[in-house]
Amino acid sequence: MDTAAAAASSPETDTRREAIRVEDLHKSFGNLEVLKGVDLTAHQGDVVAIIGGSGSGKSTMLRCINFLETPSSGKIVIGGEEVVMRGDGSPANQKQIERIRTKLAMVFQQFNLWTHRTLLENVIEVPVHVLKVPKAEAIARAHELLNRVGLGGKEDTYPAYLSGGQQQRAAIARALAVDPSAMLFDEPTSALDPELVGEVLTVIRDLAAEGRTMLLVTHEMKFAREVANHVVYLYQGRIEEQGPPAEVFGNPQSDRLKQFLSSVA
Amino acid sequence: MISLKDLMQPHRIVMMLVFAGIVIWCAIALRWDWIPKYAPLALEGLWATVWILAVSTFFGFMLAVPLGLAQAVGPWYLSIPARTFCTIIRGTPLLLQIWLLYYGLGSLFPQFPWIRSSELWPYLRQAWPYAVLALTLSYAGYEGEVMRGAFSGVAKGQLEAAKSFGMPRFTMFRRIWLPQAVRNVLPTLGGETILQLKATPLVATITVMEIYAVSSRVRADTFIVYEPLLLLALVYMAIAGVIALAFRRLEKG
Repeated sequence: MDTAAAAASSPETDTRREAIRVEDLHKSFGNLEVLKGVDLTAHQGDVVAIIGGSGSGKSTMLRCINFLETPSSGKIVIGGEEVVMRGDGSPANQKQIERIRTKLAMVFQQFNLWTHRTLLENVIEVPVHVLKVPKAEAIARAHELLNRVGLGGKEDTYPAYLSGGQQQRAAIARALAVDPSAMLFDEPTSALDPELVGEVLTVIRDLAAEGRTMLLVTHEMKFAREVANHVVYLYQGRIEEQGPPAEVFGNPQSDRLKQFLSSVA
Repeated sequence: MISLKDLMQPHRIVMMLVFAGIVIWCAIALRWDWIPKYAPLALEGLWATVWILAVSTFFGFMLAVPLGLAQAVGPWYLSIPARTFCTIIRGTPLLLQIWLLYYGLGSLFPQFPWIRSSELWPYLRQAWPYAVLALTLSYAGYEGEVMRGAFSGVAKGQLEAAKSFGMPRFTMFRRIWLPQAVRNVLPTLGGETILQLKATPLVATITVMEIYAVSSRVRADTFIVYEPLLLLALVYMAIAGVIALAFRRLEKG
């Protein structure tokens, strides 16, 4: 973790493979400019925590990376492959978007498990029907993953019968099933009851420890400080401050970040 | 299920006795001697009702899916025609639609020699294709509206999750969107299918020999009025019961 943190803080000397690069990303909804030129690079194995107040554009940025929102302008490079855009920023190649999305597994605030399918079916859905993995293989892997997130034995349960924490852990298993090169977490614990947050964070912590590349939009400052090797603070659509967690949290430079940290502490 | 003990409540026993009394009275006091003579025709009519219902609801639903989708998320050049179609179908009586197709289209076709000499002519000169077409379009119009609501009603996050994993659009439609939409409106579709059943007697007016037409024939031939109608009511109730059970099964499964 320490070496990774050191590497992230000095990108010029970084030789690890780049996973996600965002350059000058703009996004407007009508007249409202939510992102005003964001640059961000995550290398393989990086855990980047994105923090910021409500309306700062952190979720929008995450959603732009896999094109759930279409950027207004800017450049997005995933695993060395630049996403082809039309002049207006919208993607020009649906096939490319779909291919890139299979490498970027997303975990949502509201879990978004498919309610008409059991946990097992949720986990094998994308491997079987998108990635064309043989079904038996996908099922064996799904059992492994569900066990790993502590949901062994719940394979045939429908999401509606599970707690929020269980649903989110299942959603993480579903994301892992596609063997993603990077994972995008969009406030994964914000919709959970306080006593259920811990079980989800434990799973995410394990993933960070095994060297997964992750972008994590979160309100859990303590958690961000603990697992991230790079922290980005967004304010009104711009990156106000970024750096290793020890510096961002321990020695914030900008007044806004100081204020933000004191308000959430 | 109701247990035997529940059935043996005094008020239930009285009700059952009253019902049995009515059935026995009907069997003894009313005239049923026409049945053997008309049974073969009635079976044919029953079959006609069932297959016309099945075919028109099946193809009607196949049309309702794109009609609903076009209205829910389609571009204007698809959504406007779809909405117009549904509005016209729902805004005019089915009887009128059947007659317009049969007497309008049906009398237009013979004027074209190439239609008269085509392979389809033996079918186009009969009544049932117009009956099936009218019922299919009617079901499509009503269910198109139901499906519009069903497609819009599927939570956005469900589709976003599919998109975020790179699921191609058609796969997403087939695996996530359509199953969730249909599941949400199954009770409505069940009710609408029973309504469709009860709309089928209208095709008797263009000479299709379904079960209602058979009962009319009995009345015209024998001047017996009530008995064929009573039996007819029973038949419709039985079919409606089967439809209701089938949909209840689907809802659970």
